[in-house]
Formats: sequence, structure tokens, C-alpha cells
Amino acid sequence: MMFLKYAGYRLLTMLLTLWVVSILVFAIINLPPGDFLSNQIAELRATGQAEGVAKAEFLRTEYALDRPLWMQYLIWIGAAPGPQGFSGMLQGDFGWSFEFDQPVSEIVGDALWLTVLVNLAAVLFVYVVALPLGVLAAAKSETWVDYSAAFVGYLGLATPNFLLALILFYYGQKYLGLPIGGLMAPEFEGEPMSPAKVQSILIHLIVPTFVIGTSGAAAMMQRLRANMLDELSKPYVETAKAKGMAPARLLAKYPLRMAFNPFVADIGNLLPAMVSGSVLVSVVLGLQTIGPALLTALKSQDQFLAGFVLMFVALLTLIGTMISDLLLVLLDPRIRYGAREG
Amino acid sequence: MTPLLEVADLSIGFGSAPPVVQGVSFSVMPGETLALVGESGSGKTLTCRSVLRILPGSAQLRSGSIRFGRENKVQDLLTLPERQMRAIRGNHISMIFQEPMRSLSPLHRIGNQVSEVLKLHRSKSGPKSSSDARKQVLETFEQVGFADPERVFRAYPFELSGGMRQRAMIAMAMVAKPDLLIADEPTTALDVTTQAQVLGLIKDLQRATGMAVILVTHDLGVVANMAEKVVVMHKGSVMESGPAASVLGAPKHGYTRKLFAAAPMIPTVAAPAAPVQHDDLILDMQHVSKTYQVRAGGWKAPIKVHACVDVNLSLPRGRTLAVVGESGSGKTTCARIALGAEQPDAGSRVLFRGRGTDEALPVHAMDRAQRTKFQRSAQMVFQDPYSSLSPRMRIQAALTEPMEIHGLGTRAERREKAAEMLRWVGLSPDMLGRFPHAFSGGQRQRLSIARALTLDPQLLVCDEPTSALDVSVQDQILTLLEDLQQRTGLSYLFISHDLAVVSRIADEVAVMRQGVIVEQAPPDTLFYSPQHPYTQALIAAQPEPDLSRPIDLALVAKGAGAPATWPEMFRFVGTDAPALVEVNPGHQVRCHV
Repeated sequence: MMFLKYAGYRLLTMLLTLWVVSILVFAIINLPPGDFLSNQIAELRATGQAEGVAKAEFLRTEYALDRPLWMQYLIWIGAAPGPQGFSGMLQGDFGWSFEFDQPVSEIVGDALWLTVLVNLAAVLFVYVVALPLGVLAAAKSETWVDYSAAFVGYLGLATPNFLLALILFYYGQKYLGLPIGGLMAPEFEGEPMSPAKVQSILIHLIVPTFVIGTSGAAAMMQRLRANMLDELSKPYVETAKAKGMAPARLLAKYPLRMAFNPFVADIGNLLPAMVSGSVLVSVVLGLQTIGPALLTALKSQDQFLAGFVLMFVALLTLIGTMISDLLLVLLDPRIRYGAREG
Repeated sequence: MTPLLEVADLSIGFGSAPPVVQGVSFSVMPGETLALVGESGSGKTLTCRSVLRILPGSAQLRSGSIRFGRENKVQDLLTLPERQMRAIRGNHISMIFQEPMRSLSPLHRIGNQVSEVLKLHRSKSGPKSSSDARKQVLETFEQVGFADPERVFRAYPFELSGGMRQRAMIAMAMVAKPDLLIADEPTTALDVTTQAQVLGLIKDLQRATGMAVILVTHDLGVVANMAEKVVVMHKGSVMESGPAASVLGAPKHGYTRKLFAAAPMIPTVAAPAAPVQHDDLILDMQHVSKTYQVRAGGWKAPIKVHACVDVNLSLPRGRTLAVVGESGSGKTTCARIALGAEQPDAGSRVLFRGRGTDEALPVHAMDRAQRTKFQRSAQMVFQDPYSSLSPRMRIQAALTEPMEIHGLGTRAERREKAAEMLRWVGLSPDMLGRFPHAFSGGQRQRLSIARALTLDPQLLVCDEPTSALDVSVQDQILTLLEDLQQRTGLSYLFISHDLAVVSRIADEVAVMRQGVIVEQAPPDTLFYSPQHPYTQALIAAQPEPDLSRPIDLALVAKGAGAPATWPEMFRFVGTDAPALVEVNPGHQVRCHV
């Protein structure tokens, strides 16, 4: 009951935060002088293409870019009527991309869930790799196990992602026959979902997951190792030892549970770091995620597209933090009961 | 009869350094209590941990044997395979640790952690099913004095007080009915009254189960109350050992005698002391109250906590006023308010009158210049000398920093002053270039006193300055404080939980409980005729290194409970305490007349 109340409270604060973020996003996109259309109009005028100007002028009024900024904002989120009545984010209309000359939803449609897929796979990879390695490195600290885990970890941290991507593509193709680039074989693009398409996507996911996840896993592993080492020197570990517990069981029941907190708390940070960190990788690997779209949109002040992508990343972050907060409450009675260490 | 445990010629060392435990031998009979006495660094903890083989990874056992015999089966614990050793830990030999706050896992329920012992050692006489195990745990909880075992079973450690947690630890050690219990400073982190109760509990349990106990402690008073046999250790070697009566009655070794002389004692007093004259006051706290708002989380209204209520304290110039109480009694809050570090509730007044001025200034309403001057004349010495000095600052930097902040003197003068202060506290000026880690606990406390003195203060607030130190070092620090007072006419506001320490240094003592002063008098008057049940409990709970004066647990229990359990005369009405009444000149007691 208390948990549900807390979850409701967290959901409410999340929505509030999202609203504040939308203001920030809108303000930042509009910080540089001018907008996509006025830039375009100026350019068309300079080159003397009058018919283009008419269309751009039409789009300007159509998307209310001629109105004051605060009005534009309200129309964008759908809290005020625009030229087509209430039609903004709240109503599910994400606007028009001037750069691609398409509705935003059509450009990002497929990319959206592919982004989620790629990043979820990467997060999963991070946890699956970091958890056992970190625990092992701490339990066998200052032995060759620890050192080699640290070596692999630092290698992962230090290697630039795009380089790793190229290397993996080369050897993956040469020895394992893995596909190069993209998130599915070209013939499936735009096709409806089918078992063959799922299979193709899964095979294509291997290299990107590894590339995006490696540095995160390395960092996470080091953090978990440090947390575990802190916990291992605490008196309650000694108490458990004096009870006659076997080392492996002891490790799993006591220090690991404690070291888990920061591990869980990181979910929230991990998601956005990967989405924004994977932009470059997506370009290099030719992934159909929203990363490349964001890059183009920001460069050309394509405000509805950029705004939508930023809001999407913010939403991912907020969902991530909310998940980790709720998990922490379930995991740690001290947080659950709002208690403070004596 | 054959001994239960026989440690012979035990040596432990680290790396290539000379051994830190050297040739230690002793034996424990079934059902007997052996006290392992020594100061920090004496090797007593390493010795008792080697019995369970839970030494730190870098420690090496250099020589010796630890023979543990039960049911005619004698094993050498040092050569036993790890798997068999695990069957002994917690089952035949169990251990209680020093810090009850940190020795339980914060994320698991008490019941889970205690019944785990039974699950691990199911094969012994123990119960087969988990409901039997639960029953046995609940019985043990009842034995260790929990009023509501079911609630404790479900509780998390943070829901229990320090004393309760130590009871839970004892329950965990006892639940498998071990033959030997090792208690490593089980009461050092507890208040005196709680300590007395926990010691009494261990004794009762021992009587009921016939187990043997190794009690590791630095407190000869605890030894006198508990042990039949004593082993005194110093720098890794046994100095003296034998029956408690002979070691405590007529200590032969010089080191044992030194420990005795340093042990704080409550003196036997023949007559009450003359009341302290309150004319030239350096610090005057009038009707000081402090209420904290504790957030209850969510939308709940914040909870009000009264840290101290209507406290009146006055400190005559050149004297020592001690505030005594358990943790949470509000004594540290009082000290912080006295220094202006904390804003008291409205209506409170704290007046400070510096030397050579006629005007007493309100500490909490000073202008900038007055405040700077006040901060120079009132300094603080903290409890923990290990964390109150920055590990990255050389001693010279630490000692000259206060003068730099106040813009006093030139560089050379500041350095000269720092050197002089080091001489005052009994250290050598050539130590100025060192870092704090090169000093022992007692030396560090001398350093923090020296730092406080660099500004030539008139008032020194000492917040438990000796409670983190060994008894012999504590004795030296108290002597130093007395010397300094004679030399410079300093006034001390001395915060402590230990009446015996205070008896030596204070001119007047205020005993606090739950935010109010319950009794106030010069120490001798307090010891001659303590009036309040809580004061009586504090005095009774003080362990004395004297076999003929055991702790009177009945008296402790009478006064150390909640105010609602006190006799009618002293009881609080709701949350309202009775008024302080002057029963004799200079002797105030909080009671209904």
C-alpha cells in the first residue's frame, strides 16, 4: 500500500519534471537567432527562387512560427490552439520536420523502437557482464583474477567506440559471418514483423550491443568492485563469517545485497548516457536509430524534430530513474521505512 | 578436568615485521570466564580472532597451537581443514563484536540473521524444520530480555537501539548453545547503564547454559565484575595472568598496576562538597531549549524532537562544568548552542563575558566584530581525534590555520606559537612537519587541544575528549587539561557520558536525561548523596576494578528505564518534567516536592 502510494507520488513528480524539461528543451532550441524556415527564406531570396519562398512562408504560418515564442511553446505542447486547433505533443502530433519534409512521427517511427531495443540490449549487456566480473574481482581482489578483469575493463574504457565497431565488424564478418552495418537485412526494411525479420534483427544487434555496452560495462564493473570491497571490510561480514557461513553464500547474501544499491541506482543514468553516447556509433554502424536524426536536426535547427528527440531522451531518463527508485525502495528496508542510520 | 580451550605459544605477525602477538598461552575451563585485558594494539583482538580463524588476510600465524576439546574430542583449531572449522564457528564457538551498530546486516531482518545460525548448523542437536528454528530463536530472544520477541524477529536492525542490537547480537551468538563465547569489547560502544545490563545478561546466560566466556576488554572494572581468570596483555605479550582475585587484589606486574592507577573510579566520599560560587560567570545559559523538526517523509507533518528543554547552566570563570548523560540526552546540543554553532529556540539566552569586560554579550545576537572576538575566546575539542584532524595537512598547517584565519601575527610568530603550544601539550616542536597519521590516538588528542589553544581562548568546550582513548591515555589527557587550567585559568565546559571521568575534573556536574537536567551538584555531593534515580543508576552502573563492589543491577534497572518507570516523586507528567528543586545549597534535583 505504502509502495503504491510512493509509486503514484513518483509518477506525479516525473510528469512535473517532464513538463519543466519541455520548457527547457524549447527554450534551448530557440536560443540561436532565427529558425529553420527564416534561414531557408533568406537563402531562397538570396538565390532568387521566389516560388520556394511562398511555400516556406506558408509553412511559417501553418506551424505558427510567426507567433510569439510563448505562444509557439503552448501550441507545440498542445496546450493552446494553433492554426489547426489543439494539435501538439499532448494530442500525439509531433509536428513537421522541415529538413526531411515529412511529419516527425514518420521519420522517427521505426527508429524509435529500434533505439529502445538497441539500448535495452546494451543495458542488459552491461549488467550481465559487470555483475559477475565485478563480484569476482572484489572477492579475489589483488590476485591475477582481479588484475586481468581490471585490464580488460580499462581496455574497454579506453578504446574509442567507433574503432571498436570497425574492428568488430571486420573480424565478426571474417570469422563468424556477422553482417556489417544496419539493424536488419535491407530486404526487411519497411516490411511487417516476421520470424525471419526478428532473427535478422537479433543477429544485427550483436555487434552494436557489444560496442555500445563495453565502456559502460567496464565502468560499472569497477564501481561494483569498489563497492564490494568497501562492504567486505564491514563488521557484519565478519559476523557472518563467525557464524560459520561458507564464503560463496556469504558473499551473495550480505555484501552483494549492499553493493547492489548503487548498481540499481545507475539504471537511470545509464539509459540517457547510452542514447546520447551511441549517436556517433549509430552513424558509424549505420544503425537506424534516432541518434543520426537528432544530429541532423540539431545542426539545421529543425526544431520540431530536435524537440521531439530531446523529449524522448528525457522521457527515457525519467523512466529509468523512476524504475531504479522504485527498485531501491523494494530492495532496501532503510529507504522503505524512511529511516536514518543511527 | 581438561581445559575447553588451550592456547599455547601463539605468535601472529604481518609481513616481515616482528610479531604483534608473541608466545601467548592461556587456557579456559568449561563454564569459566576469562578476561583478556589490554589497550588498543596489545594484540588481544588478534588473539581471540585466531581462535575462530577469522584473522585479516595479511596476518600470518607464525607458531603455536589452539586446542579445543569437547566430548573427549580434542582438535587443533589452527590446523583444522576449513570445512570442519566452519562447522565449529557459530556452533561450538561463537563471537560477539564491539560495534552492535555495524555488526548486523542492515538489509536483513533480525530473525533472518539469527535463525541463519541454526540453518547453517542444522546437523547438531538443532531443530530440523524452519518453524522449530523460529521457535528456538524466539526462545533465545526471550532469554536475552526482549519484551516482544515476535516484533524483534520481524524488525530490521535500524529499528532497534544500540543496546537492543547488542542483545540481538548476543542472541545470535547464543542460539546454537555454544560451548565457548568470545566477546570482543561487547560493551565499549554502549552507555554505562546499558553496559551494566548487557554484562548482567551475559552472566545470567552463562549461569543458565554453562558455557565458557572469553571477554576481551580494556576496562578493569568490567573484568572485576565478570571474570574468574585474567590475562593481561601488552604489546603482544602476556604480562600477567592468574585468578581474578589475585591479579586484581594484588597486581604483581608494573603494567597491571599502571592500568589500575589509570582506571577511572567513583570515589567514596565522606561529606558533601561546598556549593560552587556563581559570581564571576564566563558563560551563562538561561532557559535554553532546542527543538528539531524531523521530516517524516511524504505529506506527513514533521515530528518535533526536543533535544533540550529549559536548560540553565552557568560556568564560573576558571572552573569546570561537566554535563553528563547518555547518547541522545541533549548534552552535545547544549555544547553546540554554547558555542553559537546552533541557534536555540526563541526565549533562550546564552551570555558570554570575556576577561576584562563588564558586559556579558548574548552569543546568538552578536555583531560581526563581537562574533569574531567570541570565536577566538571560545574553542572546542572534539571527541574523535582520528577524524578531527585533516589527514592532508601537516601539523604546522593545522596549528597555524586558526591564527591565519584571525589574522594574528606574522608567519614566524605563528610558527613560534604553534611550537610553544606543542610544548604545552607535552609534544616536541620538531613534530611540526609531520602528518597526523604519524601520531597515536592520545597524541592526536593532544594536537587538537594544542590547536584549540593557539588562539589563547578563555573557554574550552570539550565534547567527550577521552571516550575514544584507552584508559591510561585518558588519564594523561585529563592531567593535561588540569595542568592547562592551572596555568592559564581556562574555563571548561566538559561533555561526557562517564561520571567517573568527570568526578576527577569537574567542579560541578549536571546530569541530563532526555533533554532535561535531572540533577546538578558538585561531584562529591552527587557521590555522597545522589538523589535522582537516574543519577543513582549511573553511579551504580559504573564498573569498579574492585571485586568487593560488584555492579548493583537492581539499582541500575530502577533508574535507567524510561522516566515513566521512576518513582512517583520524579515521574514526568505527560511530557512535562517536574521543576528543579534545590534540596541542599548547591544541590538541585528535578522532583515534585
